[in-house]
Amino acid sequence: MTATDTTDTTLRTVTLNVNGQTLHQQVEPRTLLAYALRDAGLKGTHVGCDTSSCGCCVVLLDGDTPAKSCTMFAVQAEGHQITTVEGLGGPGNLHPLQQAFWDQHGLQCGYCTPGMLMTAKAMLEHNPDPTDQEVREFLSGNLCRCTGYNNIVKAVQQAARVMRDEAQAQALAGMVPGTDPSTGTAGGGAQ
Amino acid sequence: MSIETDATNNAGPQTLTMGKGMKRKEDPRFLTGNGNYVDDMRLPGMLYMAIVHSPYPHANIKGIDKAAALAVPGVKAVITGEDLVAASLAWLPTFHGFDKQMVLAVGKVLFQHQEVAAVFAETREAARDAAELVDVDYEPLDPVISPFDSMKDEVILRDDREDKTNHIYHWDSGDRDGTQAALDDSEVVVTERIYAPRCHPAPLEPCGCVAQFDAMGRLHFWVTSQAPHVYRTAISLVTGIPEDKIRVISPDIGGGFGNKVPVYPGYVCAIVGALILKTPVKWIETRTENLTTTGFARDYHMDVTIGAKKDGTVTALKVKTVADHGAFDAAADPSKYPAGMFGVVTGSYQFPVAFAELDAYFTNKAPGGVAYRCSFRVTEASYAIERGMDILAQKLTMDPAELRRKNFVRKDQFPYDSALGFTYDSGDYEGTMDKALNQIGYAELRREQAEKRARGEYMGIGISTFTEVVGAGPSKHFDILGIKMFDSAEIRIHPTGTGIIRTGTKSQGQGHETTWAQIVAEELGLDPQNLLVEEGDTDTAPYGLGTYASRSTPVAGAALALAARRVREKARKVAAHLLEAAAEDIEWVDHKFQVMGAPSRSVTMKEVAFAAYTNPGEGNEPGLEASLYYDPPNMTFPHGAYIAVVDVDAETGEVKVRRFLAIDDCGTVINPMIVEGQVHGGLTEGFAIAFMQEIPYDEQGNNMAPNFMEYLIPTSVEAPVWETGSTVTPSPHHPIGAKGVGESPNVGSPAAFVNAVMDALAPLGVTHIDMPLTREKVWRAIRDAQAAAASD
Amino acid sequence: MFPAAFDYIRAHSAEEALAALAQHGAEARILAGGQSLIPAMRLRLARPAVLVDLGGVKDLGYLREEGGDLRVGAMTRDVTLERDANVRARYSLLTDTGAVIADPVVRCLGTVVGSLCHGDPSGDWGAAALASRAVMVARSASGERLIPIDEFLVDSFQTSLEEGELAVEVRFPTPDGRTHGSYQKIERKVGDYATAAAAVQITLGDDGRVTHAGVALTAAGPRPVRVDAAEKLLLGQLLTEDVIRAASEEARIVSDPFADTRGSVEYKKDMARVLVARGLRASAARLGTGVTA
Ligand SMILES: Cc1cc2nc3c(=O)[nH]c(=O)nc-3n(C[C@H](O)[C@H](O)[C@H](O)COP(=O)(O)OP(=O)(O)OC[C@H]3O[C@@H](n4cnc5c(N)ncnc54)[C@H](O)[C@@H]3O)c2cc1C
Ligand code: FES
Ligand code: FES
Repeated sequence: MTATDTTDTTLRTVTLNVNGQTLHQQVEPRTLLAYALRDAGLKGTHVGCDTSSCGCCVVLLDGDTPAKSCTMFAVQAEGHQITTVEGLGGPGNLHPLQQAFWDQHGLQCGYCTPGMLMTAKAMLEHNPDPTDQEVREFLSGNLCRCTGYNNIVKAVQQAARVMRDEAQAQALAGMVPGTDPSTGTAGGGAQ
Repeated sequence: MSIETDATNNAGPQTLTMGKGMKRKEDPRFLTGNGNYVDDMRLPGMLYMAIVHSPYPHANIKGIDKAAALAVPGVKAVITGEDLVAASLAWLPTFHGFDKQMVLAVGKVLFQHQEVAAVFAETREAARDAAELVDVDYEPLDPVISPFDSMKDEVILRDDREDKTNHIYHWDSGDRDGTQAALDDSEVVVTERIYAPRCHPAPLEPCGCVAQFDAMGRLHFWVTSQAPHVYRTAISLVTGIPEDKIRVISPDIGGGFGNKVPVYPGYVCAIVGALILKTPVKWIETRTENLTTTGFARDYHMDVTIGAKKDGTVTALKVKTVADHGAFDAAADPSKYPAGMFGVVTGSYQFPVAFAELDAYFTNKAPGGVAYRCSFRVTEASYAIERGMDILAQKLTMDPAELRRKNFVRKDQFPYDSALGFTYDSGDYEGTMDKALNQIGYAELRREQAEKRARGEYMGIGISTFTEVVGAGPSKHFDILGIKMFDSAEIRIHPTGTGIIRTGTKSQGQGHETTWAQIVAEELGLDPQNLLVEEGDTDTAPYGLGTYASRSTPVAGAALALAARRVREKARKVAAHLLEAAAEDIEWVDHKFQVMGAPSRSVTMKEVAFAAYTNPGEGNEPGLEASLYYDPPNMTFPHGAYIAVVDVDAETGEVKVRRFLAIDDCGTVINPMIVEGQVHGGLTEGFAIAFMQEIPYDEQGNNMAPNFMEYLIPTSVEAPVWETGSTVTPSPHHPIGAKGVGESPNVGSPAAFVNAVMDALAPLGVTHIDMPLTREKVWRAIRDAQAAAASD
Repeated sequence: MFPAAFDYIRAHSAEEALAALAQHGAEARILAGGQSLIPAMRLRLARPAVLVDLGGVKDLGYLREEGGDLRVGAMTRDVTLERDANVRARYSLLTDTGAVIADPVVRCLGTVVGSLCHGDPSGDWGAAALASRAVMVARSASGERLIPIDEFLVDSFQTSLEEGELAVEVRFPTPDGRTHGSYQKIERKVGDYATAAAAVQITLGDDGRVTHAGVALTAAGPRPVRVDAAEKLLLGQLLTEDVIRAASEEARIVSDPFADTRGSVEYKKDMARVLVARGLRASAARLGTGVTA
């Protein structure tokens, strides 16, 4: 069988829900989600390998599941809520993780950073108070060639602290009648 | 090293930012997905290029049939080596000038994965489909994989060259006869063949480019380049396009580490495609292409011989190296330095006499020989001497720290002329080592080790007290393609006291947008937050040689400081006018101009800047800007003392790095947060080189690490926790005393790791294992030693 | 790299998936978590013409105890086991195994059943399934059948599933209070397949003697390898160092790996021995019995 004799290279439209917005994107069945996102202008999702090894492409599915978007077809992502780094926070409203990576010098060239942030976000959803070793283990599908990881671990711990404090403040605020517990969080902390 | 970020981030213009951990100005962009990497470029009508690679390491090409590939829907063109011959574009000069490289194979392939054809198509997928269908008729030939076979010249690999030999060049330095005589007279001589394995810088962003000819025929070329100006010149030389008709733009770069210095065949193909198809072409390497075709590093087989007296005083050093350069000599060394700065192999020690020689050979492997996070072959040299010193210590049963102490170049001996012709600028080797020994608790660790040894456990402590040489380089010695290795800076201060800084360097994550602003802010008393740094666009940046070999801070950093001082001199005249005093009576104190002896009469640079455009004063040139080209008087010589502590599992060969301390001396520190980050990153790559990372070839010439499942980059789980510290010995000849640090940790750490493992295994009589120290190699060494002991 | 083109069918139920398999025959491949199949397709080592995606089959994503087994549905991701408190408390072999497969992100999509169907002799679930005596449940148009894991794992990348058959569930017998296990793996780094690995599970009687033993190896042959001789040797024995040494030596003998960049045959065989011994010691420790010298 050659590459072209039984193939479906016809384009079809997929409807993707990305960062709360609906995207209609022309793809082939074989178009990898990473490229569909990048072609839609969401260039924060990077590609660094061909073997699902580097994690530069990690996005979130349905809020808390990290996925290597190079190891998923765009057609599979239909029906899922996708979050990319662009949905985490912008230059004016950094998410606590973004702020912490900045504060702790958790990035150098920035190529791994979006994937690293998304994986860290997913971890904190399930484990808001991790040990350093747990952070290292959960981030081990995300390679970084520049930082040597020490500062990334520090950054994730800083963000975890901030997000815990925010969650607590939110819970306390919720005890006072008349205040809306859904406000008062910066950049959408752990829910 | 503790980092204060928040406190200094709000630093007002009066605060010194030098030496402080100012948060990076570039980060918000990267943190929010707003970085701008080459693959982010999308132009209307842009085509995608895919390359066809040879499955054979050595073969004749009998023919290439493009028909099936051209029939794939969306495919616009397929080009081969023969097409390029017709256009006189078949060969590419290599940077250090001894050789040229095929762009697409002509007649013959010389290494596995060599570029054979390029396909241009409307989608990435179609380009790849068509690349599969390019039908190449190969006639396989026996490959020559080892340089020790290649040197026999039984098969001549490069019949395109005049010299019918696989030998590329011979290099030597020092006193051959004197060294031999001294070795003959030495009470103790140790010798070991030490291999620095072939590896690859593998930044996480692969190489790539977008080529576009505009309506006026001017080439716009976005490319992952550490040296955009050199690319512009090289492209002009290769293609004949006048240099003014070329604009090279190096946007955000996702790591370089030396990989993004050479010009690669894919770039030439993309330009050719854009030219013939009259539409933009993008080429982004696959990871496999990155690891199998672009610049590898190292691959030095070094026979290291050290002579010494019984008391440990070294008497002579001899190093004989066989270098494997692959199919083309694409090493990126300066022209007059085919073996790079290998002459720094005498390290931190007072060798009265030394001799180093090297012979380089072609083999059927990928070309390269790039300066992977080191200043041209310094990692190889440093590894050789630091390993050699430990082998000597083991032979003398001397503590490796004491052996080093006995032989260090002393603080009062600088500037020090080494036996192989370098003039070391400054250093305090003993002070730095002592700081490291104290900080890690060396004596206590040795006690613990003795107890463990008594219990049959294998714990090791490894030291590396390396000296690096960076900042190429003085124009009388250093050039690439004939271009002298200066660097440049341009500073423009706007009327409101903000400004723009441009240099000929190119950050790939080193944080130039921050440190350059800090240097200028310091010199001019301005707010670094309001000094924009722009690099990488050859239309706007002054000509520079780029960022590699830790040269940015030593060379461009100096250019910036001196350019800023030029701005200050200009400003002084305007200040004199404002203060109604003579320029000679104006002094620069606390980041402002004041009338000598009258501190109340002062003006800030911000006020002067406004006046420079609105009221410069009679006879003063309006505006406030300067540019400067800096030709360094010498290299700088950073040094450090690293200590690794490891535990070895004798059953499996697994090595656990329990602690690692790095004390670095890179002279004046501009931003300690960034310096520490560079050290962490370099140590992690050093760790990878010591334990995991290698590009091996099997006997048939197959590249055995063509992707990240086999080319092993450490994750956060393997990477040790790094402890760092510093001493500061400024460079006397650098305007701000800085030496450069990006590469020291990569240069200095491999020996510390290997020395630690060998120290652990010393009771078994193991003296050396070549990197990477895989579990199996360690397990085998232990098992063989135990078997030998049992049979005694 | 980009896969060769294919047709995509999203199934919403097992029946739809079976219908698609029936229609496309050998051309069709099931897509579960995609963490083995898509990497192979990207490198064009696999090029199925039709993919039948189980991603939309929500009712195959379950994990429950029933009939004395832990039942793991075909779309249950590795991470689900990893985070399940009951699994963590009682299924020590599965918990150990789940923690060393690939990396945490891959484990969020990869499925246990998909891994077993992949039939990779270096896949970690195979040995764990052998040591715990798992049973696969396969469904086809003609109904369901139970396949003991020893019969399911046939050869390298080959299972006893027939064309048109879908694996819907794997069952791991629920360990009683006197059963524990351990999975020991040597990998070059996180994300690497095993250089060598061993799955061990033992049950002790009241007298401290072994009443059931499961010992299996990963990356030690064309398919995951059960170490029969070790299992037999352990039965009825107290876990002494001598017994452990003898059982683990059987693992070295049975192990039949191939040499590759991860190591030589000799090294891998010896590691099979070392890891089985470590697994037995760890299991004993979990059972609260020290190993006597
Ligand atoms: C970087 C990386 C590292 C990895 N390291 C490891 C490792 O160390 N150890 C390890 O064990 N695995 C490893 N894996 C593989 C990973 O665990 C896979 O997820 C798993 O092997 C396959 O599960 P899947 O659900 O992704 O299956 P898929 O990839 O979707 O499918 C795999 C195969 O099984 C078939 N299949 C799947 N489900 C069914 C079904 N219900 N019925 C019939 N056929 C079916 C498919 O057609 C396909 O042929 C690694 C993967 C990656 C990307
Ligand atoms: S691009 Fe490397 S894992 Fe996705
Ligand atoms: S910051 Fe460069 S790869 Fe992580």
